[in-house]
Amino acid sequence: MGAATTAPPATSAVPVPPTPHRGRRGRLARLDVTVSPYLYIAPFFVLFLVTGLFPLLYTGYVALHDWDQIMGRGEFVGLTNFVDILTGRGFWRALANTVSIFLLSSVPQIAAALLIAALLDRNLRARTFWRMGVLLPYVVAPVAVALIFNNLFADRFGLVNLLLETVGLEPVRWHSDRLASHIAIATMVNFRWTGYNALILLAAMQAIPKDLYEQAALDGANAWRSFWSVTVPMLRPTIIFVVITSTIGGLQIFDEPKMYDQYGRGGADQQWQTLTIYLYELGWTRADFGAASAVAVLLFLIIVTFGILNFLLTRRIAHDDGGRR
Amino acid sequence: MNRKTTRYHLLAVGAASSLVLGACGGSGSDADAGDGDSASGGGKDITLTVATFNEFGYEELVKEYMDLNPGIKVEHVKADTADNARAALRNSLGANSGAADIEAIEVDWVTEFKQYPDKFADLSDPEVEGRWIDWKTEAVTLEDGKLIGYGTDIGPEAVCYRADLFEAAGLPTDREEVAELLGDTWEDYFAVGREFIKNSDAAWYDSAGALWQGMINQVDYAYEDADGNVVATTNPEVRSLYDQVLKASVDDELSAGLGQWSADWTSSFQEDEFATMLCPGWMLGVISGNAEGVEGWDVANTFPGGGGNWGGSYLTVPAQGKNIEEATKLAAWLTAPEQQIKAFEAKGTFPSQVEALSSETLLTSTNPFFNDAPTGQIFADRAEAVTMQPHKGPKYFEINSAMNDAITRVDVDGTDDADSSWAKFVEFVESLG
Repeated sequence: MGAATTAPPATSAVPVPPTPHRGRRGRLARLDVTVSPYLYIAPFFVLFLVTGLFPLLYTGYVALHDWDQIMGRGEFVGLTNFVDILTGRGFWRALANTVSIFLLSSVPQIAAALLIAALLDRNLRARTFWRMGVLLPYVVAPVAVALIFNNLFADRFGLVNLLLETVGLEPVRWHSDRLASHIAIATMVNFRWTGYNALILLAAMQAIPKDLYEQAALDGANAWRSFWSVTVPMLRPTIIFVVITSTIGGLQIFDEPKMYDQYGRGGADQQWQTLTIYLYELGWTRADFGAASAVAVLLFLIIVTFGILNFLLTRRIAHDDGGRR
Repeated sequence: MNRKTTRYHLLAVGAASSLVLGACGGSGSDADAGDGDSASGGGKDITLTVATFNEFGYEELVKEYMDLNPGIKVEHVKADTADNARAALRNSLGANSGAADIEAIEVDWVTEFKQYPDKFADLSDPEVEGRWIDWKTEAVTLEDGKLIGYGTDIGPEAVCYRADLFEAAGLPTDREEVAELLGDTWEDYFAVGREFIKNSDAAWYDSAGALWQGMINQVDYAYEDADGNVVATTNPEVRSLYDQVLKASVDDELSAGLGQWSADWTSSFQEDEFATMLCPGWMLGVISGNAEGVEGWDVANTFPGGGGNWGGSYLTVPAQGKNIEEATKLAAWLTAPEQQIKAFEAKGTFPSQVEALSSETLLTSTNPFFNDAPTGQIFADRAEAVTMQPHKGPKYFEINSAMNDAITRVDVDGTDDADSSWAKFVEFVESLG
């Protein structure tokens, strides 16, 4: 924010008398330097104001009312919607499912992305081919992915269970068992996002100066040690970015649980009902926009909390540069 | 950067940002100028939009109508699934704009849309009185006599069965004899099932949830009484049907435990998993698609507990439209018996019009996949056996979804027994308030 001072240094031997003409030029130039950047990014913020901030605040407004999807605004009810939701069983169950699926997907996902990025960073043959390859799952439409995974994880005739039975193991109840359903959904999420995150980390890796690695090698560090002591600390900002974006995404997953069975309500016992599915249930099945908006507001607060926690944690981890010398 | 470009930069940026700001400011003010000025022609040139879902068989009919009525252009919009169509219609009704001139609705949503009678035009007209089967019209008639929809098709139910599995288990295979054997109560149907599974590896039917659909549609007031009180958890009839279907499915092992429409259920048609299935007319297409290459399917002209109907649709005219009169005319034409027969020939949608039910085309139609069964005649008989439409209150859809979940927990997932699953159902219904 601090604008660079433009006063001539006091030791200047030859003071230049400023002509008015020149002064105007100078002011323009200064304005250009200070104001232009803001003007350049203004369109984004104006758009954000209209498409992001306004709906956000309006959702808060809806949450304070009795609001039917079709009949529109009813009475002002204050925090009743919030109280109803926080005292009901549905919200907490959905929150537990969401966090569980989020942890099962984000943690392995980022670890795997880091590993894949490190492999892609090596001198491979047909480098571009491999790098594009990891992005393929991201390009496939989520609906198609869900259809494929539905057939993989079907309880009775699914491919995964058929394979397990061939090996002589017990088939897993992918839909009726709560944890198993979370694992299956997390697998779908990981399939889609791991490659995408790997590419972001790879881009950051390529920017790490090579002489750091040479230094490390001279100091007798093996590949593993230089990965932990050079690569990871240098990737700190990128890792923070990836962790935060995957948190925001992970807490809002909707497509995968929605398409995990034929009804899209999160299972007969709400085994995999995430917060977004719960929100959709309230708003579009029960037509209760007031309650759905209250869930949306709560979800927003949860994501902000998680984001801040993540930021602090990741900073701690990335600061720790691989232990003692 | 030299000074000359500096000034241009400032100019350019200023201009660009004012453009963006201007665009944003402007979009709000002309949002409501987008409704086509259909009256600007002065003559009778109008465009009508018709919104349907899945397959109504209207493609050729729409062309025919345009030929008959020069000056009227009809645009037919098809949603991919019924659920998406419902969501889109609900959104347009809520916003009071964006609905098509004619909107198709499914019988299961009738109740919820009846809560907003002002959103739909009144279609009652002496011209169309008596055109449909009584119960079809009753469902969309409000207390004050207002009619909000014209019936398109219905889903009278029969029993589809695998003749090859019947034969292997020593049961008769001829469709007349099978209809005789299955009897006409649920208990008869379950009793035959208990005999069947003694001599077969297959289950008797696909899932308890599918049977529930047939059973509950025969109860006049299931979840809400005539005064609109929720009685789902206290109505003895609901509880006894619930116990009956779960005892037969789980304790007597008659159910294959395949949740209807799940990936497992779809795959199971290629295996010998179950021998019978409740099937409305439109289900035949689903079976022949899933069971491609499997021989032995047939249809028996009977249904446990009397008649049963599952599904069917209506055409409505949203009140927000600009051409309500012309839209009503088109809806009346599309749902006339002659047109419904053409739609039936195109896509197999079974008519709800009295006259169409006695049409030669319909009564002589057969289905090659089902061993050339005279399906037209069978479903016409099944439609006649339907004597009532259950009363479904505004909360029916939600409560029935919860009931389906309760049955699924016991029959498919095995995570609960009948009692503990019922307790969860009660808890849910009470939370609706």
